[in-house]
Amino acid sequence: MKTINFIFRVHQRSNLKRYRFFDIGNDHYYYDDYADETAVRQNTDLCYLEANRTLLEMIKSSNGKFKVSFAISGLALEQFERYAPEVIDSFQELAKTGSVEFLATPNAHSLASVYDADEFAIQTKLQTNKIKQLFGKTPTTFANTALIYSDEIGDEIAKQGYKTIMIEGAKHIMGWKSPHYVYGHAYNNKVKLLVRDNKLSDDINYRFSQWNWNEYPLTAEKFIGWINAAPAEEEVFNIFLGYEALGVLNNKNSGIFEFFKALPYHAMANGVAFATPSEVAAKAKPVDTISVLHPMSWADEEKDLSAYCANELQNEALQKLYSVAQRVHLCNDLLLKIDWQRLQDTSHFYFMTTKHYSNGMIYAEPIPYESPYEAFMNYMNVLSDFMDRVNAQYPSSIENEELNALLKTISNQEKEIASLENKLAKATKKNGK
Amino acid sequence: MRALMFGWEFPPHILGGLGTASYGLTKGMSLQPDMDITFVIPKPWGDEDQSFLHIIGACNVPIVWKDVNWNQVNERLGGRMHPDEYFQLRNGIKYDFRRIGTNDIGCVDFSGRYPDNLLEEISNYEAVASVIAHSREFDVIHAHDWLTYPAGRFAKQISGKPMVIHVHATDYDRSRGQVNPDVYRIEKEGMDAADHIITVSNLTRNTVIEKYHQDPNKVTTVHNAVEPLSFVNELHKSARKDKVVTFLGRITMQKGPEYFVEVAARVLSRTDGVRFVMAGSGDMMNKMIRLAAQRGIADKFHFTGFLKGRAVYEMLAESDVYMMPSVSEPFGISPLEAMQCGTPSIISKQSGCAEILDHAIKTDYWDIDAMADYIHAIVKYPAMYKALRQNGLDEVNNIKWEYAGQKVRRIYDMVCGR
Repeated sequence: MKTINFIFRVHQRSNLKRYRFFDIGNDHYYYDDYADETAVRQNTDLCYLEANRTLLEMIKSSNGKFKVSFAISGLALEQFERYAPEVIDSFQELAKTGSVEFLATPNAHSLASVYDADEFAIQTKLQTNKIKQLFGKTPTTFANTALIYSDEIGDEIAKQGYKTIMIEGAKHIMGWKSPHYVYGHAYNNKVKLLVRDNKLSDDINYRFSQWNWNEYPLTAEKFIGWINAAPAEEEVFNIFLGYEALGVLNNKNSGIFEFFKALPYHAMANGVAFATPSEVAAKAKPVDTISVLHPMSWADEEKDLSAYCANELQNEALQKLYSVAQRVHLCNDLLLKIDWQRLQDTSHFYFMTTKHYSNGMIYAEPIPYESPYEAFMNYMNVLSDFMDRVNAQYPSSIENEELNALLKTISNQEKEIASLENKLAKATKKNGK
Repeated sequence: MRALMFGWEFPPHILGGLGTASYGLTKGMSLQPDMDITFVIPKPWGDEDQSFLHIIGACNVPIVWKDVNWNQVNERLGGRMHPDEYFQLRNGIKYDFRRIGTNDIGCVDFSGRYPDNLLEEISNYEAVASVIAHSREFDVIHAHDWLTYPAGRFAKQISGKPMVIHVHATDYDRSRGQVNPDVYRIEKEGMDAADHIITVSNLTRNTVIEKYHQDPNKVTTVHNAVEPLSFVNELHKSARKDKVVTFLGRITMQKGPEYFVEVAARVLSRTDGVRFVMAGSGDMMNKMIRLAAQRGIADKFHFTGFLKGRAVYEMLAESDVYMMPSVSEPFGISPLEAMQCGTPSIISKQSGCAEILDHAIKTDYWDIDAMADYIHAIVKYPAMYKALRQNGLDEVNNIKWEYAGQKVRRIYDMVCGR
């Protein structure tokens, strides 16, 4: 039986304010609250609330047969808490139906998986704890930022305890293989890979309201028809989209919500079911393994990391950022840790890309900077201040290893003291008796 | 396609950007196989590169008929023009220009510069144009900048051939709005008479449409380009402790030098290891020296005086940042030259060249904070410098006169009805 997995990525970045170099050392607040609030409110009104309501209705009217999943970043949840708590409520309502799965994803929508394995694990933990706390479910399926994946990253994810990973169906990796099966990790046979069907996903995401597309208009009937027309052995259709596809990229008048509402009816008429990634992975057996030597992602035409870390600006910024990772892990300053998360957001690096000068692509999100150079400058000014703050915690003259050893001694001392005190207390108790 | 061009300057003896642009454009156009260019300038020096076009010196064109023989002419012209050409041109004298003072072979003297009696020189140039228009065959007239508009207009009247005028600058750019009525009249009459107007940027195009009331359909932008530097490999950047930020150009109101000083003060208040250089001369130089002293940055702010030829490029190559905070710049070729030397450029959005450059930093000329911030970023974040340098080189090497020439050719074809 054919099943469709609808998975939506939800993310809201923290916009950096204009931060001049004379602010370095003077001003430690880096964000443009107004831009954040505007963006969150806009997406809430156009997309999140309306889309959640639509999906909830669909689940209820289909008696829970319609299923959907979300990969929500920790930063997005943080922004909702601040500016649109009703979005959290409506996700909670969806969670209650039992037809919704929440996926694990890095807290900051970051490139930690590529740059720092420790940070990667920390971020997953942060995000899954938050999901558990808000929605009462612990994620079991992993979807990395922009579906970044390589064998190595897959192994890291497996070490964190996840057995199902969403990946992009990049042509240069898949070759003749169909994305409609479940695959296995190249060498870790416990890990199952679910492949995003980028053709069907982009049909909804980018082409749905494009009137010059030869399949326009896309109806639910046609969409299910395509799925039904696939060979009988091909059973899994993973449609992975940014949630903004509903209401923002395709506005309300495009009929996107009606399209979704009509899906369950046509699916059931054709014997197509809905599922969540963990259900699919539990049932299906991997037909083959997929080996990915260099990280791939769902970004752009190239499906690699070139949108985030291809030019010297991006590399410099990322290198500088992750050079302080260990020190941030060692410290306990809460504000520093919050900034640390927000500064890792991929969008900061995405704005520094010089690719669009050559390919002339139109991006879904408007870029808030005039040029990649402005984006880089602003980010580096912020980062300079941030690094100064990190170094103020621990003098940079001390090597990381040395610092680590010292801190270990201190924490061991505390443990030692605690256990000795414990003994002492027991001894005095005994004596007292 | 035979084009008769009227210009005022031609390298190597140039006074401003006009000569460089004339040279580049004609050289780029000469790559079209059927293009035949005759270029008239007031006073050639004899060492102009004539390999790709034919130059006529207005000072060698007879405007008053004199009974002279071949040897006499040969002697007087001294190789600057072939005597046969002189006699051919002499046949084109149809009007009585005896009111104009001429020499023994009937020619007028031109300074070839921008003298005080400029208006007289312009009208003499007009007389020369009539002789050329009567004696030579051509398909289109192309006049560069306002000095030559009257000549182009007269040639059009005589020959009935279409005229294209090329606006390298308008008086609004030169005077920050305080236009000279005589200049404005000449510019306006030229534009009104033209069959098509070429501007060097959309900025200038808007000025032409709004201030000179031209039909937008008649005005097309053809951005300038740069000639590749032949000696780019000989330029080098010496290792030094301090980074160098350079302003290079005439120190006049139009170029916004006071903003450069203010930016320097802003940067130096928070950053070590940066020096600022103001190269060039101009009427605001002394004021700038005083301003730098007032801001207390004179120890890190240097003046070089006027630079010429290779020294310009050497200065650019030695710099870490080139800055052009022009208040109004029709095109502005120098950022492109800086980029050719591998130096990142910060330019004002009020410059025409900002329209074609992606890998130069663009800010408003008054936005001192933004410019200071960019300078700090380029000198303190090596990746910024490297990216701007490399991308800038790639970009500027693709801005070619050949392409500009093709655009001009399409305009020729259009006005000639081909």
